[in-house]
Amino acid sequence: MKFKVNNNEVYASTGGRPFDKKKPLIIFVHGSGLTHMTWVLQTRYFAFHGYNALAIDLPGHGLSGGESLKSIEEMADWVAAVIDAVGHKEASLVGHSQGCLVTVECTARYPNKIKTLSLMGGAGAIPMNPQLLSLAESNDPKAVDLMMDWAHGPAGHFGGHPVPGLYHINTGTMLAKSRTIQNTLGVDFRACDNYKNGFEAAKKVKCPTLSILATDDKMCPVKEGKKLASLIEGSQVDIIDNCGHMMLLEEADRVLTVLKKFITTNYPPLSS
Amino acid sequence: MSDKKKELKPNTYKFDTLSLHAGYQPHKNAGSRQVPIYQTTSYLFDDVDHAAALFNLERGGHIYSRISNPTVGVLEERVASLEGGTAALATSSGMSAIFLAVMTLCEAGDHLVVSSQLYGGTVNLFRLTLPKFGIKCTFVKPRDTEGFKKAIQKNTKGIFGELVGNPGNEIMNMPEISKIAHEAGIPLMVDATYQTPYLCKPFEHGADIVIHSLTKWMAGHGSSMAGILVEGGKFDWMQNDKFPTMTKPYEGYHGLSFAEEFGPTAFTMKARAEGMRDFGPCLSPQNAWNVLQGIETLSVRMKKHCSNAEDMVKYLMNHESVAWVSHPSVPDHPDHELAKKLLPNGRGSMIAFGIKGGKEAGVAFINNVKLASHLANVGDTRTLVIHPASGTHSQMDEATLKFAGLSHDMIRLSVGIEDIEDIKNDFEVGFRAARKPRLVSNQ
Ligand SMILES: Cc1ncc(COP(=O)(O)O)c(C=O)c1O
Repeated sequence: MKFKVNNNEVYASTGGRPFDKKKPLIIFVHGSGLTHMTWVLQTRYFAFHGYNALAIDLPGHGLSGGESLKSIEEMADWVAAVIDAVGHKEASLVGHSQGCLVTVECTARYPNKIKTLSLMGGAGAIPMNPQLLSLAESNDPKAVDLMMDWAHGPAGHFGGHPVPGLYHINTGTMLAKSRTIQNTLGVDFRACDNYKNGFEAAKKVKCPTLSILATDDKMCPVKEGKKLASLIEGSQVDIIDNCGHMMLLEEADRVLTVLKKFITTNYPPLSS
Repeated sequence: MSDKKKELKPNTYKFDTLSLHAGYQPHKNAGSRQVPIYQTTSYLFDDVDHAAALFNLERGGHIYSRISNPTVGVLEERVASLEGGTAALATSSGMSAIFLAVMTLCEAGDHLVVSSQLYGGTVNLFRLTLPKFGIKCTFVKPRDTEGFKKAIQKNTKGIFGELVGNPGNEIMNMPEISKIAHEAGIPLMVDATYQTPYLCKPFEHGADIVIHSLTKWMAGHGSSMAGILVEGGKFDWMQNDKFPTMTKPYEGYHGLSFAEEFGPTAFTMKARAEGMRDFGPCLSPQNAWNVLQGIETLSVRMKKHCSNAEDMVKYLMNHESVAWVSHPSVPDHPDHELAKKLLPNGRGSMIAFGIKGGKEAGVAFINNVKLASHLANVGDTRTLVIHPASGTHSQMDEATLKFAGLSHDMIRLSVGIEDIEDIKNDFEVGFRAARKPRLVSNQ
């Protein structure tokens, strides 16, 4: 569906079900340079089971209008504004990678709005390799190729997509190249690199929190994810073997099973 | 991510490695090193919730082997990876892949612009069968790049062609024709059967959908029928209102908008969800496995196919019984330069040549070669020959033959990977007989 935030058009996938104000809201926030499509194997389940599952495209990304936001803090405020814009008072947040920085910061800033927080491949800080950052900022497609290499675990490099016929690395590459690289990936990487408040923000998170980490994640290694989780009171951690940073696709079923249990327990659906 | 000095290089697997490994994870298949043949029609649901989730595309997975199968899935991912595509859908034959691509793209009232140099079966599909479904086509000669532009109408939904036309070896200027397609907001579909991704990756030259008859060089051993359509993932279906079944909520699938939900894999998702469900040309797991076996050695075989073909071109060009030779490696071939650009790894193993003495000589040649197999196929490991004027196209008169790019003296040769001396020796027997046609045909 499309709606407006700060006068810019926002696109959000509703997971194949019409938006229904009565149902509780879950917002899925994608990673650097990516789009709502990374969430297709989680959102549709929640949409068909009593939730509004909104996988948003950040400004300037995917099908959303406007310019990419330059800092994690701005993105956090923007996610809170999305909740208002769709007429809700509260939401559960789910983030991947950069989306974890955004959702942790958002939860710290708007504790009354956020009911649960689910982090996938998260860390308290995501400092960027300077070469990768400069490639992305200079619009070099090699930045995408490097990201796809590092973002997939050894198993994901071979393939084995949960959706028959899809090939991970090329699908991810086309998503990341769907808009101008420097305006999406370049701006996002810089925002990640600049963001220093993750650990402080984590200490302020009081809602139920889940971290899903993967043993072969090179972008946000398990050690970093655990460090972040240790700062969040009562945080649950689930670690997936043989899987890389793109766990939401590489091990989509496992991620959905864990997420489903966590969200339905802590933020029940509208029963039909 | 902190190595500052060394230049960073992506370490994703390369072509030869992908040919052997892509699409398959042994640790999820009992450690089986070879891809298992999942000889099954259907798959257990964990519970009713799981069943519903699979039907609603909430989860990935298999339901019924008409829609998808794990062995076939490995083949699909493998070909997608080799082509540089986002996704692929394997079918029971090359023809069903072409049909499925068209039916995923078009509805009654739509129009396609199509290269006139195509495999005969494909010509029939576009010329005679698709009009029965209300889909009309305009044929354009493959070298007439501007002609493709002129033929585009308001209701045109795509351009289709074979990269190297059959049987005249005329090459489509794919980079230019893709620009024409994209300016008109429509996709370019390329049948790259004769090239395989080893010789050319059409997505790198602007194609949006690639189709293969896997029956040929990809499987390579003349054992199994199979086809595939592969998606490039770049085409923006939402840029105009030409493709409502891709962009608007689709009644046939719970109001799903394929383009919004699946973006770079939307075409494949629709072809599977709708096309496989409703037409059902599914590939058998055994045949998928046979094709996978072939793909494991694709590079090795294609190298030998191409080097043997170039040897044969030289041999034929210098032969007293040969009037002309058509192959993109021949310097005076009209597309020699374009072929160098589009086919840098080799110009393929299909040769057409004219035999001196016309139709009768052709018949004598075909009837006397022993190693080369006389049959209606191409892209076998074995050398294949056919004389269209006396076989497949024997009802045609001279003028009709000419329109189809054929002539009475033409022999079509699919060069195999036998020892090159043995192929030449066999041809000598054929040529000797062709020089004395009456004697031989009276035997
Ligand atoms: C270029 C080309 N495309 C498509 C086909 C049809 O493929 P199949 O025979 O696998 O249906 C053929 C078959 O000869 C072909 O040569």
